Amino acid sequence: MIIAKKKPIEEIIGEVENFDRILILGCNECVTVCEAGGKKEVEILASALRMNFMAQGREKTIDERTLERQCDHEYLEEIRADIDKYDAIVSLACGVGVQFAAEKYLTMPLLPGVNTVCLGANEDRGLWTERCQACGSCILARTGGICPVSRCAKRVMNGPCGGSTNGKCEISKDVDCAWQLIVDRLKALDKMEDYEKVAPIKDWSTDRAGGPRKVTREDVKI
Amino acid sequence: MRLKIPANFRIIRVPCTGKVDIIHILRAFEKGADGAFVVGCMEGDCHYNEGNFRARKRIEQAKLILDKVGVGGDRVKMFNLSSGEGPLFAQYAIEMDNKIKELGPSPIRLAKQKKNKNAA
Amino acid sequence: MSALNTHSRLEKILKAGHLGVTSECGPPRGSDAEEVKKKGLLIKDYVDAVNVTDNQTAMTRMSSLAACIHLKLLGIEPVLQMVTRDRNRIALQSDILGAASFDIPNMLCLSGDHQSFGDCKSGQNVHDLDSMQLVQTVRYMRDEGKFLGGDAIKRPPKIFVGAAANPFADPFEIRVPRLAKKIACGAEFIQTQCIYNIDKFKEWIKRAADRGLTEKTFIMAGMTPMKSVGMAKYMKNKVPGMDVPDEIIARLAGVPKDKQAEEGVNICVEHIQELKEIKGVSGFHIMAIEWEEKVPEIIQRAGLYPRPQV
Ligand code: SF4
Ligand code: SF4
Repeated sequence: MIIAKKKPIEEIIGEVENFDRILILGCNECVTVCEAGGKKEVEILASALRMNFMAQGREKTIDERTLERQCDHEYLEEIRADIDKYDAIVSLACGVGVQFAAEKYLTMPLLPGVNTVCLGANEDRGLWTERCQACGSCILARTGGICPVSRCAKRVMNGPCGGSTNGKCEISKDVDCAWQLIVDRLKALDKMEDYEKVAPIKDWSTDRAGGPRKVTREDVKI
Repeated sequence: MRLKIPANFRIIRVPCTGKVDIIHILRAFEKGADGAFVVGCMEGDCHYNEGNFRARKRIEQAKLILDKVGVGGDRVKMFNLSSGEGPLFAQYAIEMDNKIKELGPSPIRLAKQKKNKNAA
Repeated sequence: MSALNTHSRLEKILKAGHLGVTSECGPPRGSDAEEVKKKGLLIKDYVDAVNVTDNQTAMTRMSSLAACIHLKLLGIEPVLQMVTRDRNRIALQSDILGAASFDIPNMLCLSGDHQSFGDCKSGQNVHDLDSMQLVQTVRYMRDEGKFLGGDAIKRPPKIFVGAAANPFADPFEIRVPRLAKKIACGAEFIQTQCIYNIDKFKEWIKRAADRGLTEKTFIMAGMTPMKSVGMAKYMKNKVPGMDVPDEIIARLAGVPKDKQAEEGVNICVEHIQELKEIKGVSGFHIMAIEWEEKVPEIIQRAGLYPRPQV
């Protein structure tokens, strides 16, 4: 799923300073699971903002709403009837949701309430870690199911680099070396001979490098 | 000796402090409370294992938020005691009462009063 | 391995069966070339070629290529170090051609330390290719005379290509396979990480020899003299992938502070003498970091002077 992190409250306060009627808009998908932008976080942020301005003797309307998904026309339409009540929306969805809402409501200022971090997994309670960078051309079959693009600090295709120490990456003792994990997996799979196959130079045109990406499916279009 | 519990606060009963969420604390302040304290069981004695640990973390979060929005994190505190300790409960209540008196009324309550006066 | 592919003196010396000697020179953090020239001249007659580091430890410095050109103009043969951290395949290929236009005849392909170690922690890294793929790229440009895109190169670069190897790095089971991979990619010479654990190094090179790898590439053993017991401890504890045995630390600690540098040089000379006899060791890469003035002494005492004329 998409992993996001709440923005510091003071940053959001700064962004909404000049608006009087604000909607805090959450999303029920990934950001709910990673506890950054679901209904609970919407309630907390809205309450905090209300208090912030009340304490300064200022009056603002700060409403709360959480949609099933913000990356979907259908659900985003649900707020159309109320949109004129607001001067700005703080969206706690990932960057996709914020933009999709911005595209739909052309004249409405949209402010992100979270920092979208990565595609990752919930490794443990309170711990989310990256697993994929959507490079557009998956090589996991060749790397024992561990992704060197997202998990190696140098995205080395034929690793490890010389900095791998005791299973950890040279950048930090808290980060696993992706290539140690790959070697461990290849061993477990009894496929160490695969290690010596040189990975060819990667075609990054399907990655961010190739410009905004698009999937078109004639078979599902109507 | 029986300690007298200050009469100026409301007790809200919950099955476990693990039920208390950040938003409950924030709402209390939004409605004009000058302070809030959460009393949980002794650490390690939670019937649900970690309810009171969760509460402690949430109180910390609420404190941070209250600091940032100008209300003041000092107005919230968590205490732990076991069920038989009535006098200690009273003592904590007095401690909290004194602390809040020292801090004075919450800016939210003042803002609300002012608004009501203007409206009147 | 006898036919020459380039005009590199290093290649000639190694292929003639002599022990090769290289050293290293870090470009300055400024635009004054005198520093590089001074370091180069200090060691000129004692080495076959001088490596020029490429923004080492991710600290921004004068470009490796520019510093190589300064050395080349003084008649010193450079080994251009190039990391894949800072350039994409367009820039890499273009710098390779730039180097070849000055007839810089050697290159060492590296991935480079992560930028978080240096002065641009908030910068991007590129890593379009990795170090092995860079080796392949240079070989392809040289041997096929083509760009990666497939077009022909007018006057292809004549460059003797090397890679680094760390006999001590983790994970253990791939130390030798990783060397094999670099050789398969076309690495003609290998410069190793600094060696202090002689037994472990011997074990590594024996395994490489058993697989026939030492016949396919020239392995130059990396040597760095210790200046003090403090440096030895720092290397042991703080530098990733470094193996400093306790005996070395004890030996340095066993002499008075003002004699430690001398003892460090002694250890280095002894190690070279010991490794000279080992099958598969084709030469030495002596990295005396900010201590270049010691290089001539080490080389003389280790019996590697005078350098053969080829
Ligand atoms: S190889 Fe590409 S698509 Fe596959 S997991 Fe890694 S980044 Fe994602
Ligand atoms: S230590 Fe491992 S994960 Fe870190 S950059 Fe090197 S190969 Fe990649």
